[in-house]
Amino acid sequence: MSAVLAIDPTETGEFIAEPYQPEGATVIDCNVERIFYGDFLAVRDSTVPVEKNKITAFIGPSGCGKSTVLRSLNRMNDLIPVFRFQGRVDYHGQDIYAKDVDPVVVRRYIGMVFQQPNPFSMSIYDNVAFGLKLNKFKGDYDEKVQTALERAALWKEVKDKLKNSGLSLSGGQQQRLCIARAIATEPDVLLMDEPCSALDPIATRQVEELMLELRERFTVGLVTHNMQQATRVGDTTAFFSVDISKGGRTGYLVEMGPTQAVFEDPKQDLTKEYVRGEFS
Amino acid sequence: MASNPFTEVVTKISKAPSSGEYAADKLLRGIVWACAAVILLLVAYIVFELGRQAFPAIIRFGIDFLIGTTWDVQKQTFGILPEIWGTLFSSLLALLLGGGLGVAMAIFLTQDFLDDRVSNVFRTVVEMLAAIPSVVYGLWGIYVLIPLIRPASQWLNETLGWIPLFGTSLSGPGMAPAALVLAVMILPTVAAISVDAFRRVPYKVKEAAYGMGTTRWEAILKVMLPTASSGILAALVLGFGRALGETMALAMLIGNSNQISLSLFAPANTLASLLASSFPEAGPLEVKALMYAALALLAITLLVNILGLWVMKAATRKFEGKA
Repeated sequence: MSAVLAIDPTETGEFIAEPYQPEGATVIDCNVERIFYGDFLAVRDSTVPVEKNKITAFIGPSGCGKSTVLRSLNRMNDLIPVFRFQGRVDYHGQDIYAKDVDPVVVRRYIGMVFQQPNPFSMSIYDNVAFGLKLNKFKGDYDEKVQTALERAALWKEVKDKLKNSGLSLSGGQQQRLCIARAIATEPDVLLMDEPCSALDPIATRQVEELMLELRERFTVGLVTHNMQQATRVGDTTAFFSVDISKGGRTGYLVEMGPTQAVFEDPKQDLTKEYVRGEFS
Repeated sequence: MASNPFTEVVTKISKAPSSGEYAADKLLRGIVWACAAVILLLVAYIVFELGRQAFPAIIRFGIDFLIGTTWDVQKQTFGILPEIWGTLFSSLLALLLGGGLGVAMAIFLTQDFLDDRVSNVFRTVVEMLAAIPSVVYGLWGIYVLIPLIRPASQWLNETLGWIPLFGTSLSGPGMAPAALVLAVMILPTVAAISVDAFRRVPYKVKEAAYGMGTTRWEAILKVMLPTASSGILAALVLGFGRALGETMALAMLIGNSNQISLSLFAPANTLASLLASSFPEAGPLEVKALMYAALALLAITLLVNILGLWVMKAATRKFEGKA
């Protein structure tokens, strides 16, 4: 992963990526000016549009801020007291960082799957039904739970033990359970923060196939360390890098475009180095 | 000692542990085994000795001792049902009050209502409650608490007297002040252990809850609380155990009256309080009866702990899928 970059990253201190103009409709227009943790400037100047019914992949080296940006899209970072966001994240035209917007509402529409599987300590069924209950869903719970588990490719494995604790499953199954939990409420957007990093190749493949299916219904934002994964499932790719010129470690967007273009014909030398370093 | 079959392997630094290291290993194991054995022997000895001392009383009074309601030295009749009732009733009331408060306190201290420094100060203050001697609680109960709650008890008795809980008026010591003081006494135990239970909930679980779009209360009540439940139950069991055995403050506050009443304002008695107040002037047969009572208290505490362990295990199984 840690390909040695021939280009000195310190030379990119003032660099601002060419804004990507998507052809289709966008669901989220993310314009980061600055993201701080306390006094630490974590991310600067990154414009990332997330297109409807597409998978937008966020790639880049460790510490480049791709996760921070993804987690800013549903205000997950608000859990961190020292987090400060400057800029706009327009979700269907409404800035989710506007003063009168409750982050809880944002997270009801924009679901999230995390790096580490984190099922609740309750039964498999209750895990999937959690969001339904939360949203006061009136209807057939059994059917919704089954559908979500089927879409998450977990139904066959757990259909006879829905009453067992979610924590009794293996790591890969737990992650698919978390995906089922997130999609049961059929959110508008699903954010996935390195969802396969704790999974073996077989489970990874299953989750990737799932993502491609989910794209039909949802819009997906995906952070991945695995560049092959970005090429396999990403429709568009945003490449981030780290700027250490000011003595800190500030992430920023280097290049964004259709995945094929970013990987096969990158405009920026930095992207070229990163993409090539991985494959050669 | 383990032999080393790899002596032919030539290495510069790596080598097998020396015989001294093996000896130290053995010694340490011996020491911890001995310590554990001493504790077990001590418990066994206490139970044996109590049983031996109580044996004549057990033979003489049998099961009547546990269901009898009079404690009369003159008539040589001894029964501890009122004390068993008083012990369980006062501890249960204390658990309801102190347990509820303790868990609420733990939520307040761990779920981002305060910043870390203030929360640590708060926690220290709550834990200091545990350092106050029992007799001080007793005095505080007599001189502050009883006068304080008397008007309220009067009012409750006059207006809601038809409810058994408020069936009598508070003349001085009684169940209510005893249970209130007990509640304060078990609060630090319950709070401190519940705080640890909440702190053990991984951050990723909290993230998952907020990620689903829960409000703060939904996250706490529907996710954090069930996840921490086995630890919180442990806290409640320990608190209840402490309330069962508490002696001095209760001897001062509960009124030491041999009666069974649902009323919060009636005087009552507990086993520990009976033991403390009767031993100094007890005759030979009464001492044996008191030993029997002590054995009963021990049995109740043991049963409560076993029950608590069982409930905790059930909760762990339900929430965490572990056997």
